[in-house]
Amino acid sequence: MAARPRRLRASRVLAGFGLATLVALILADLELAHPDPWLTLRRIGAGLAAPDFGDPGALAYAAALTVAFAICGVFAGAVSGFVLSFGYAWGPVRGLCIAVRSVHELFWALLLLGITGLGPLTGVLAIALPYAGIFAKVFAEYLAEADPAAARALPRRTPPLSRLLWSRLPLALPELGAYTLYRLECGLRSSAVLGFVGLPTLGYLLETDFRQAHYGAAAASLAVYLALILPIRHWMRLRLAPLWLGASVWLLARHPAPPMGDGALLRFLSDAVPAPIRAGDWAGLGPWLGRMLGEQALPGIVATLILSQVALALAAAIAVTGFPLIVTRVTGRAGALAGHLVLVLARSVPDYMLAFLILQVTGPSMLPAILALGLHNGAIIAHLMGRQGDAMTARLRPDAPRGLRLAAWELMPRLSGNFFALCLYRWEIIVRDSAILGLLGIATLGFYVDAAVQELRTDRAVLLLVVSALLTLGIDGLSGWIRGRMRITAPGMRKAEPEAVEAA
Amino acid sequence: MPPAPLLRFEDETLSWDGMAVLEQVTLALSRGERLVLLGRSGSGKSTLLNAIRLRLEAARPAPRLALVPQDPGLVPQLSVFHNVWMGRLDDHSAARGLRVLLRPSRIERDRAAPAIARVGLTGLERRRVASLSGGQKQRTALARALLRGGEVLIADEPVSAVDPRQSGDLLAALADRFDTMVLALHDPARALALGTRIIGVAAGRIAIDRPASALSLADLHALYEG
Repeated sequence: MAARPRRLRASRVLAGFGLATLVALILADLELAHPDPWLTLRRIGAGLAAPDFGDPGALAYAAALTVAFAICGVFAGAVSGFVLSFGYAWGPVRGLCIAVRSVHELFWALLLLGITGLGPLTGVLAIALPYAGIFAKVFAEYLAEADPAAARALPRRTPPLSRLLWSRLPLALPELGAYTLYRLECGLRSSAVLGFVGLPTLGYLLETDFRQAHYGAAAASLAVYLALILPIRHWMRLRLAPLWLGASVWLLARHPAPPMGDGALLRFLSDAVPAPIRAGDWAGLGPWLGRMLGEQALPGIVATLILSQVALALAAAIAVTGFPLIVTRVTGRAGALAGHLVLVLARSVPDYMLAFLILQVTGPSMLPAILALGLHNGAIIAHLMGRQGDAMTARLRPDAPRGLRLAAWELMPRLSGNFFALCLYRWEIIVRDSAILGLLGIATLGFYVDAAVQELRTDRAVLLLVVSALLTLGIDGLSGWIRGRMRITAPGMRKAEPEAVEAA
Repeated sequence: MPPAPLLRFEDETLSWDGMAVLEQVTLALSRGERLVLLGRSGSGKSTLLNAIRLRLEAARPAPRLALVPQDPGLVPQLSVFHNVWMGRLDDHSAARGLRVLLRPSRIERDRAAPAIARVGLTGLERRRVASLSGGQKQRTALARALLRGGEVLIADEPVSAVDPRQSGDLLAALADRFDTMVLALHDPARALALGTRIIGVAAGRIAIDRPASALSLADLHALYEG
């Protein structure tokens, strides 16, 4: 038997990431580029204090479309993911699922704009495609983890389909439902963000109002968005799903779709072929690839990694300092309530939207992206750790300390394994979202993708998206390797509660 | 000449999870026998039951088996009727299975009704198994075996969760339905009343293999001592 490799010590991992963060900090562009950030901040503050609901009709329609895109997209993704989950053990299906989910919703939307135009179908597909890949993976896992005793108790020659329908599926169904509900919350965030590439959701109103310095109106769309997402658990119920779905389909069917002309898909596919090949110049492919990779992909990857490294460090710092906020034995009842409010706000606003807001104050540099990614992801980790910590306090010895000493001496040591697991899980997501934030003008991979799409160079965009997907997969593999070497399996990371999925 | 036995073990070692649990097992099972396995928990009864099941499944032609495993393997989200119907899932196509899952007909409900009535669950057919008590769940598993029927029943502690006053009646229901039975029980008195042959398992071996009529309660208590 081969000797098991030695366990990777947490201090080593921490030192490695610390070193990487230092290097990234030296290389990062953290300039405050804005001429007078305080003036803008004051104006935005004034707008937030006095939201301007001057056009309630437009706000309501954008809100309804935001919900409709989310529901139709998530539903289509769930149904296709459910079907795909049965083939998930088969390599080609798994490969397809990994490929579609490694491309972010916003990138999908950018690509689809060239095929389906700025219409409802683009929004629905942009959410449905990556979500189908995620649903397929998670559904397949739930079905595989269903209690095997029921399947074993079935007569031996039961047809395989009956075996699935009578034992595994009903056992897993409640979890599939809970997961779908959780995904609807994510879908609402995605849908709002799709407004930033021009789809008529709340993000679109927010962006246009901000760009025109109508801070009061922008604050109103932000308020409407929060009013939708914060109480989502109360209005989005599985029982009401058919009603919401019907209304959403009706609404989107009425929304005008742009005329795309025939053959938009074919044109897109032929444009996606690298230019030298299209011209029949196979010899030119090498130099083309070299130029693309050297001048765009490589600098994009470097910037993405620098940005995500600093953001990961910030998220970790926020998680460690933030999780005690929601533990009642640390901050008291009122304190925990306030802590929940802060964390829920930070994780409900998508990192992309947060980065856009901060960017208006700081001007374009890596700073807004780092702050947004750190805040959003840190708040998610802090929330999950805080909930575990809060549950832990009931089982502590009666004379355990309270307040910060409790957090530092009793909770943090017990939660440290989970902390590492959650940070390593989020790492991949932070890298993926760092690439996306390039759409805001920071020179990560998304910046080059956006430029290629603007210039209608589909071949370049597709190549860069493949690079970005490979980068995400690479980080995912590295994170899994570190987790394996550290021997941390976060128990029930995905199963315990829907929110934990965010971490998985 | 007596009929050939359904299965035979000749000086075999039975293991569980790669660990030898029972050694030098020599055992035969004939049609019409009611074999009761006794022994302390962890003595290897379940291992022996499992080996018997595998041997029967491998036989050609394989006899029709009904199972009541220790973990009854019910699907808590489905109704009592559906869990009972699962005993016959291999008798129908997957398409018919799907239809019964979605909408059982009067005929199918009626077919399951006697088995459900026999274990005393009439009126609870539409209840989700998740909402049942432990004893009712075990009755559901028994009804599933009754509806299935077959040549041999293999049951591991099939009445451990029901009221002791009713366990005798439930065991009688099984004995009426199945010609040949192999059961693990924990109650020596019930074992003597029900079984035609008693297998006592202790210290990794078969310690007793005799007709029930030749054994007394005192003989059996020795299994649980020392």
